[in-house]
Amino acid sequence: MTSQAFEEISPADFFYRNRDIAGFTNPSRAIFASIRELVENSLDAAEIAMVPPDIYVRVTYSDGDPDSNVYKLRVEDNGSGITSRHIPSAFGQALFGSKYKLKQSRGTFGLGGTMAVLYGQITTHKPAYIVSSTGSTKVYKYRIMIDIQRNKPIILERKVLINKEQWHGTIVEFSLEGDYFRAMPKILEYLKQTAVVNPYANVAFIDPKGRFYKFTRVTTMMPSPPKETLPHPYGVDVETVKRLIQMTSHRNMLDFMRTHFHRISEKIAHSFLEFTGIAQTKNPKKLGPQEIVKLVQMMKRYEEFRPPSATCLSPLGEELLKAGILKELKPEFTAVCQRRPATYAGHPFIVETAIAYGGDIPRKGDFILYRFANRIPLLYDEASDVTFRVVKTMNWRRYKVSQDMPIAVLVHICSTKIPYKTVGKEFIADRPEVKREILNGIREVARKLQRFLSKREHVEREKRRLSVFSKYLPKIARFSTKLAGKETEPNIERLLESVNTVGGKEKNI
Amino acid sequence: MEEKKRTSSESALHKKMKAVTDLKTLGEALYHQIEQGEFPWIKMPTRSIDNIYYSPELRQYILGERRVKRSARNIRHIRPFTQLVWTAFFAHQLSTQRKTSTLRDVYYSAQAYEMSFKDQSESDNVITDLETVIGLAREDFNVFPEERSAVFGDLTIEYTVPGYEGRRMNMTSHPDGLMIGPALTYSELVKTSADKVIAIEKGGLFTRFIEENVHKKFNALLVLTAGQAPRATRHFIRRLNKELELPVYILTDGDPWGMHIAMVIISGSANAAHLRGLATPDAKWSGVWATDIVDYKLPTDPLTEIDVKRLHELQRDPRYKAKLWQREIKTFMKIRKKAEQEAFSRYGLTYIVDEYLPAKLEETK
Repeated sequence: MTSQAFEEISPADFFYRNRDIAGFTNPSRAIFASIRELVENSLDAAEIAMVPPDIYVRVTYSDGDPDSNVYKLRVEDNGSGITSRHIPSAFGQALFGSKYKLKQSRGTFGLGGTMAVLYGQITTHKPAYIVSSTGSTKVYKYRIMIDIQRNKPIILERKVLINKEQWHGTIVEFSLEGDYFRAMPKILEYLKQTAVVNPYANVAFIDPKGRFYKFTRVTTMMPSPPKETLPHPYGVDVETVKRLIQMTSHRNMLDFMRTHFHRISEKIAHSFLEFTGIAQTKNPKKLGPQEIVKLVQMMKRYEEFRPPSATCLSPLGEELLKAGILKELKPEFTAVCQRRPATYAGHPFIVETAIAYGGDIPRKGDFILYRFANRIPLLYDEASDVTFRVVKTMNWRRYKVSQDMPIAVLVHICSTKIPYKTVGKEFIADRPEVKREILNGIREVARKLQRFLSKREHVEREKRRLSVFSKYLPKIARFSTKLAGKETEPNIERLLESVNTVGGKEKNI
Repeated sequence: MEEKKRTSSESALHKKMKAVTDLKTLGEALYHQIEQGEFPWIKMPTRSIDNIYYSPELRQYILGERRVKRSARNIRHIRPFTQLVWTAFFAHQLSTQRKTSTLRDVYYSAQAYEMSFKDQSESDNVITDLETVIGLAREDFNVFPEERSAVFGDLTIEYTVPGYEGRRMNMTSHPDGLMIGPALTYSELVKTSADKVIAIEKGGLFTRFIEENVHKKFNALLVLTAGQAPRATRHFIRRLNKELELPVYILTDGDPWGMHIAMVIISGSANAAHLRGLATPDAKWSGVWATDIVDYKLPTDPLTEIDVKRLHELQRDPRYKAKLWQREIKTFMKIRKKAEQEAFSRYGLTYIVDEYLPAKLEETK
């Protein structure tokens, strides 16, 4: 018999050992992922504070040395800020966060900030510097490191300053090893696409060479924030139900069902319990393990639950989506469509689609795809994404559209649970319900594009028509005058006018 | 033969005058239409295949009754319409100034008026349209193809072109023959001692015939068609036949293409179905026949696939209904061989003149 050493590892340790999961695969992905995580935190924080985000991102050479592969990353926002006592944990403890609720938010691991700081620490062994205020009278400054084995922040320094201007927001600065120049195209693409779906945000970015990139808001209108919601019975598992039973104060099943689940009225709770054979008066805390399993199974089988409502979702809305596309992609034409809320496996979702044509959209021999999930751009693994497949299999000729036209297709899906296929969260799985919504959404915008193109074609044709007539009619007049031996040419204005009024109604030339 | 100078209704001069008036009338009509606030239009016979018929009475292709209206109102018509008006204007200028122009000239002249044609075939096509509209050949409004055909023999003509009016010329005056160009086309035929015309496809044989004094030995005018006879040459052959009442004999290569050169001189082409006065229905194809290839045991080449395909087309062509043609087509198909005029050289250079020609002239008399 050999003896085996068993040890427990902390969440921070786990992610330290498995950083691929969070997207920190290599120096290039790491710097991209760090920027992305922090920018998303900032966007979320501003939305919580209900102010249009102002985000400032700066990457500099650490210690000013351009040959070093160590960079200093600084991200500032004007968001809600973090209360003083939570600051160390928010950046120094893995799986500590404010996002473990049932509503739409950008990240859900609660890893973002911590993971970036953790990565910085293990590659440079330097502390992170965090400044935050919730707009109260004080601003807090921290210098922290992470005790990876114990998953605890180590506070090296703490300062409290007077907040005269009632500033609110968060500043994070730390060093990390990376490969900025390899990551640069993706970072810029990420910022640009972020600007598309956050047209109400100002994002400024300074790269290590001092180049300044600016994405300016075109509106201060923000989508209405998502509301927190209860779990829908179709979407829960045994563990969730057990937790609910543990915390409930209700002493009978009827009230338990009514209070803790989404869209269960008294009437439905009544009929559901009848369906399960569990007495309405039974105390939920008295349910045995087998009964809980059976309850969850029955939930999946019962067909009378109302579909989840979409109030917990915060789609961008057609107006904002259009504004974002017009400002960042500068197309000649764009059409947007917001689908009605739908559900898969008890999770509500909304698909928004858009198509953009011409203008600054380049011709690439294929459509350009922009994929978003909960307002996050998805930049990797495009070919595995359900949107890619939908676009590929659609019969575009029906819409008089071909691959060599300058066309971008945009799909945004928002949900309390995005059906990602992998933990990398870069592409969306092929759920039939989701696929159908994407397909119908793209079809609708494609139809609008078709209408635009044929209308434009018509106008162009009329313009060409008129130019043909005004080119040839004078010549006919001239030569027949000479041929007939007349002195003055006949007046052709009347003829030209008739061509114009009959053919050119669409446009006043 | 006594001297006879005639100005028949087919004479060149008469038709030229008609061309000038008709072109002007066309211009007046268009001018009037525009003045009335109407998009100018022209009605003309359709030249599409399904409106081309063979007329047994005229023994040539003619256009049917179908007419087409070309209007400047129609976006697809306006460009060719403008080109047509310009061409009419240009032709009218040529005619009144008594100048001539080649098809190629017309193509280039258009550019000076910002009336560019895509290519020469487009300008040629518009000229054909103009012919159809006024019912006269382009030669009548002074537009000629590049010339390459010639005539030799005892024929005296009188020029009518500027600077040469009244001057006479005998067609033996140059040993290479005289080019059938605009000047010859517009000349009056004065007198001849010949009693027949021999039209020859190839330059080599034409020269040989002159060297061998065929014109004297056979009392003939020799005409070189140089391949498919140009329309001016066909018109000239017709005049020799109609005005001087000379029978016409045609010698071509012994293959489907040579056969068709003879046929176009005799019955005209589908392309010129809108025109009269080009065909010589009484002319005879004297050889080289397919049966000659057999009878004279001529050196041959095998027929190619294209040759055979052409034979099948000719077999169905209404112009080829007569017995002789059908027999020769069938013989070609049977022997699957062809022979050039030069093939007779196997029997010595003069054999064709001494033996073959007299025999064939007699046979096709």
